[in-house]
Amino acid sequence: MNTLAEEVLAGSRLALARLLTLIENGDPQGEAALDRLFPHSGRAHWIGITGSPGAGKSSLVNRLARAFRQPADGSPPRTVAIVAVDPSSPFTGGALLGDRVRMRDLSGDPGVFIRSMASRGALGGLAHTTPAVVQALDSAGFDVILIETVGAGQSEVEIARLAHTVIVVEAPGMGDDIQAIKAGILEIADILVLNKADLPGAENALRTLRAMLELGSPRGEAAAENEPPLWHPPLVTTIATQNEGIAELMSRIQAHAAYLRQSSGWQARDRSRLQNQLEDLLQAALLKRWRTSLPEGRYQQILADLQARRISPYQALHHLLDETDLPQSFQRGSSALLTS
Amino acid sequence: MTERKIRVLIAKPGLDGHDRGAKVVARALRDAGMEVIYTGLRQTPEMIAEAALQEDVDAVGLSILSGAHMALVPRVLELLRANGQGHVHVFVGGIIPEQDIPALLAMGVRAVYGPGTSTQKVVEDLRAAVLQENQA
Repeated sequence: MNTLAEEVLAGSRLALARLLTLIENGDPQGEAALDRLFPHSGRAHWIGITGSPGAGKSSLVNRLARAFRQPADGSPPRTVAIVAVDPSSPFTGGALLGDRVRMRDLSGDPGVFIRSMASRGALGGLAHTTPAVVQALDSAGFDVILIETVGAGQSEVEIARLAHTVIVVEAPGMGDDIQAIKAGILEIADILVLNKADLPGAENALRTLRAMLELGSPRGEAAAENEPPLWHPPLVTTIATQNEGIAELMSRIQAHAAYLRQSSGWQARDRSRLQNQLEDLLQAALLKRWRTSLPEGRYQQILADLQARRISPYQALHHLLDETDLPQSFQRGSSALLTS
Repeated sequence: MTERKIRVLIAKPGLDGHDRGAKVVARALRDAGMEVIYTGLRQTPEMIAEAALQEDVDAVGLSILSGAHMALVPRVLELLRANGQGHVHVFVGGIIPEQDIPALLAMGVRAVYGPGTSTQKVVEDLRAAVLQENQA
């Protein structure tokens, strides 16, 4: 029996908030509660919202949350959790988490839970503990979890490994067509949104994004026979501040969820996400275990040799790996363990 | 791997529209390595208490310039307690007349900072308070 987990399952928002803090801090109590909660996870629709800083992600999240709470088609309201990630300062470790400023409409609704997270040094647009935090919210029974990434550029694509549905938000004036073709972030879109569609340059941006989508190929989820056709990422234009285009975006989100459930995509994403999470945990744990197995001061000594240019980075690596009592298979080709 | 960060909510209750002071404090706390949740202007006590709960903060800083502090602050404290967050360190900044400060402190506010307070003082008080709370 885990009291914290029981309280979360019973619907305590205070217990849930405490749990999320414990998870963020890597506290063993948080892990123990997650062990108990894990069987309850796997029901929610995880939706990622990413895009450049200033593209309007928070405003869009605000509108989407409201649309899930009051569906235009008269379907029952869905409960919504929001995880909004902002960057930590690389110098001080502090962070200014300001996404709630755009979400004040959601205040007072017991069917909504908003949590701000700092990235705490992770580079992929999320924090290392975001997957576990989302899992906890999923276990707590929220129907939809909106995950807003750090303002992302071309390589912050961790969200693609986490969410069922990835929405990439662009705004006019963010770059030319070569930027659009090389940007990895457009490749991960299940739905592409051009927000602020009332700004000058929207026509151009729309044309560029449309051309880029036509160049790309449809995406499939391990398509087997008798499966529906592949998914073609749609392009939706919105003006989040005026609630324009939100109904269409909602219908595209529902269509993507339906597509994933009809194909094997839903399960495939869930399975690969759990594999990724295990491998990330394994990497962190192995690194920690390996560090503690090193003789005291040895790391500093080899680092000093490297910094004085007495040995090369690769020589330093092999000195370090030879020092420890890890099995031979781990020392040679240290990455093989994780990629096999 | 356990790493504890101090989490602070900086909020502006009431109707006055100047949040420069709140932003200066938010920035100073961030630069001191804390995680600062900033909620923007015109927050009701209910909105503030709800955000403090969801974000599981260690402290709430209220910036009030409107003169409504004797109405707003007790309500925030009451809601925090009702939510099981009586331990949260509440501090107030802004334009607070000298004669109101004892009453605010008696209600449970831990510190009142007037114009000209150094941000370093706010940072140090907060660190000390959270340290004490964690040892308790």
